[in-house]
Amino acid sequence: MWQEFVNYLTINIFGLNGKLNDTINFFIYDVGKIWFLLLTIIFVVSYLRTHFNTEYVRAYLQGKSEFFGNILAALFGIITPFCSCSAIPLFLGFIQARIPIGVTFSFLISAPLNNEIAIAMLFGIFGWKITAIYIGFGLLVAIFGGFFIGKMKMDKYVLLDVKPMEGELQEVKIKLTFAQRVKESKEYTLDIFKKIYIYVMIGVGIGAFIHGYIPADFIANYAGGDNPFAVLIAVLMGIPMYSNAAGVMPLVEVLTSKGMLLGTALSFMMAVTALSLPEAMILKKILHVKLIGVFFGIVGAGIIGIGYLFNAIL
Amino acid sequence: MKIEILGTGCTKCKALEEATKQALAKIGGFHTVTKVEDIMKIMDYGVVSTPGLVVDGKVKSTGKLLSVDEIIKILK
Repeated sequence: MWQEFVNYLTINIFGLNGKLNDTINFFIYDVGKIWFLLLTIIFVVSYLRTHFNTEYVRAYLQGKSEFFGNILAALFGIITPFCSCSAIPLFLGFIQARIPIGVTFSFLISAPLNNEIAIAMLFGIFGWKITAIYIGFGLLVAIFGGFFIGKMKMDKYVLLDVKPMEGELQEVKIKLTFAQRVKESKEYTLDIFKKIYIYVMIGVGIGAFIHGYIPADFIANYAGGDNPFAVLIAVLMGIPMYSNAAGVMPLVEVLTSKGMLLGTALSFMMAVTALSLPEAMILKKILHVKLIGVFFGIVGAGIIGIGYLFNAIL
Repeated sequence: MKIEILGTGCTKCKALEEATKQALAKIGGFHTVTKVEDIMKIMDYGVVSTPGLVVDGKVKSTGKLLSVDEIIKILK
């Protein structure tokens, strides 16, 4: 229905045709669709989130056995709000509650990977199947990444000495009414939307140009299946793009339609969200470089593995 | 009231401190506002997502930048 409306708009009202029509039509269609989905999904996710906070997650994870703890932490990562600026209190708070370092890392990998913007963009662009694959494999990376980091016994690389807490945690309980939750989610959604809508437009804009004017084999030659380093290059390129998941994903859509393999695209998107330089810089204050290196190494290897696996299967 | 803002120096934490001061100016009366930046002290409150708002030793909000009106509601 939306496509028909856009067709009517660009062809009958603007009187466009040919490549220019392709480009403009694609731009309006995609921006409209993505904006709508972003608003809806972020609102739903942020409403669910008003029922969870990181303090609650910590209390729940306390005393869980290691592998089970990794699974739970990765799952909680989907639903808990996370901002790299609070990575330090989170990390120390988890240690204080005697949660194993590997379980903490599972959470720390999963939370940014499964952030609401990435999920909304993926859903809007690639549909539910790719979104489910992304979340599923993202969880696997978080669970096993955290598990292996835990097995490496790297506790001594935490630079601050945190005293484990005696006994149970003081429970932080904040009561909210339904109206308050809705109001809060609405404000949060608009807040996020204001920050990213322009990147969606820029990303789709560049994508629309590629869609209309650049021939398909051009990209396939560089990022297609024949290039054995495609996944590796995609992951390295994704690391500095953290804050722009909203602008990057529309580009990925076009690149895949022009011949980039899906595994490469998947790796790229995961690298954009999970491997963040700003977060690494923040964590450097409390973690030894070696531990951060291992963290990036394991997550990077997992993401690259997923990319090659997908390219081989699909 | 003794009000504490828990935060390690992120922009949200500074904004919450500012909003709290505005809220107090509207309420009036004598109150103290302290910014707690020591990560160990923040841990002692059991808070792992900053910024946090603590009133008379009780945690009222975590991980959120509250509006002036919301803070007034909490303080009343």
